[in-house]
Amino acid sequence: MSETYISRSTTVAARELGGEMIIMSATDSTLFSLNETATIIWQAADGKTSLREIVELRICQEFNVEPEEAYRDAAELAQELADLGILSLSAEPVLEIALEASKKS
Amino acid sequence: MSLMAQLNQRALLRNVPLSVHLDVTYRCNERCEHCYLDHDGDGEMNTAEIKTLLDQLAAAGVFFLTISGGEPLIRSDCFEIIEYARALRFNVKFKTNAVLIREKQARRLRELNVEQVQISVYSHRAEVHDGISKVPGSLKRTVAGIRLLKAHGLKVTIANVLMKGNLHDAEGVRQLAAEIGAHYTLDPTITPMMNGDTSLLRLRISPDSLRTVFQNSDLVGNVDEFCAPPPPVDEGAMEGYPCSAGHTACYVSPRGEVYPCVQFPISCGNVRDQEFLDIWQNSPQLLEVRGIRGKDLTTCSSCNHLGTCTRCPGLAYMEGNMRGPSTADCEKSYVRTGVVSAGMLARANSATASGLIQINLAAH
Repeated sequence: MSETYISRSTTVAARELGGEMIIMSATDSTLFSLNETATIIWQAADGKTSLREIVELRICQEFNVEPEEAYRDAAELAQELADLGILSLSAEPVLEIALEASKKS
Repeated sequence: MSLMAQLNQRALLRNVPLSVHLDVTYRCNERCEHCYLDHDGDGEMNTAEIKTLLDQLAAAGVFFLTISGGEPLIRSDCFEIIEYARALRFNVKFKTNAVLIREKQARRLRELNVEQVQISVYSHRAEVHDGISKVPGSLKRTVAGIRLLKAHGLKVTIANVLMKGNLHDAEGVRQLAAEIGAHYTLDPTITPMMNGDTSLLRLRISPDSLRTVFQNSDLVGNVDEFCAPPPPVDEGAMEGYPCSAGHTACYVSPRGEVYPCVQFPISCGNVRDQEFLDIWQNSPQLLEVRGIRGKDLTTCSSCNHLGTCTRCPGLAYMEGNMRGPSTADCEKSYVRTGVVSAGMLARANSATASGLIQINLAAH
C-alpha cells in the first residue's frame, strides 16, 4: 500500500488562533482559516509521519471515526490543501525540512 | 464579514496581539524632512535579543509582523532577522526605501517569502523626491530597487506621503506605480516627532489642498461615498474601540520599548526587562488604552463623526489627552464631509471665550 507524507509549505505564514490555524500565502496574499481537522493535519505535517499514521493517531482518537473512512476524507483534504499551496505531498518521507522552526508554529 | 475582519474579531476577544510593527533600527541612509524619528543607533537590540523577541512574539500569537526602521537593510543582520522570522512563520511585511536593494537582496526577499514590501516614493520627479529624502540620486535608486523586487515577483506597495513639498505630484506617483505594477497608497498624515517636537507639522498640506485630494476619484475611489456625511452615531460606535493600537496591535522600538503604536509614544515596558506577553497582558498603560470606548472620549463622544472618523489616539495623546480629539483628524473629517467636528467647535468656543481669536469655519 502506498503511503503519503505531508509537509507544511515554506511559502505560507501560519499561526494558531483559538484552536484554528490561520494561513496566509506569500505568493498571492490569500488568507485561509483551517477547520479543526485541517488544523490537526497541518500541525502533524512534519514530512516524516505518514498521513495514515496521522489519521490513526490523531484524527481517529479525536473524532472517534473509522480509520478507512477517516483516511479517505483526510487524503481528500490533504490534496485540497496541497492544491492551495498550503501543504506538499510526497510518496517518501521528507528528510530535510527547509524551515526547521516550522514545528514551533 | 470578511475573513480578515473575523480574524481581527477573534484576536480582540482573546486579547491576542495579531500585528506587531518592529523597527530594527532608527539609523537611515536618507534624511527625509518629514521623518518623525531621530536616527541615533545607540542601544539597538542585537541579533540575539531580536531573535528572543521574535520567539516571544510567535508564542504570544503574533501573525502579521512588519519589519521596518529607519532603513532596516542598514543592519548587517537584516536578512538573518527576516529568515528567523519566516522560520517562525510570521507573515512578514518589509518597509524599506529600496536604495540598498540590488539583485541579491531582491532575490533573497523572494526566497524568504516576504509577503509584501512597502516603499515610500514622494514624487515621480527626482528634484522633488531627492529634495525630500535629502539624498541626490535616491529616486533613481529607489525605482530601480522597486523594479528588481517586481521582477522577482514580490508584491510592492508604493506609499506616497503627501506634504507641501510634493503636493502636486500625487498623480505622477500613482502613474509611476501603475507603470511598474505596484500598489499605490496615499497618506496626507504628517506626525510630530516621537519626542513630541511638533515642528514637522509645518509640512502638512492646507485644508484646501486636502479637499482637492479628497475630491480626486483616482486617489480616493468613489468620491460620493468617501465624502458622504457621517451616518448617525449608533451604539456600536459608542461601545467600539478607536483603533487597533493596544487592542490587537503594537509597536516595538529598536531599543525594545513597547508602545501601543508607532504613532502613540507612551512606553508600556521594555522587552529587555520583561517578557513581551507580560507587557502585553499587564502593562498599566496598555490596560488604560484598552479600556477606552467611544463613549469615554471627551468631546469626540458627542461628535457626529464618532463612527467614521480616522481619529488617531496617538496623535490625541501627543496633543495632551489620549481620550481627546486629534486636531488633524478633526480637520480631515470636516474637509472630507463638510460637517464640522465637535473638536473644532470646542476649540473655536474655547478660543472665543478666552478672547484670543475668532475662528471662522469656512463653508464647504
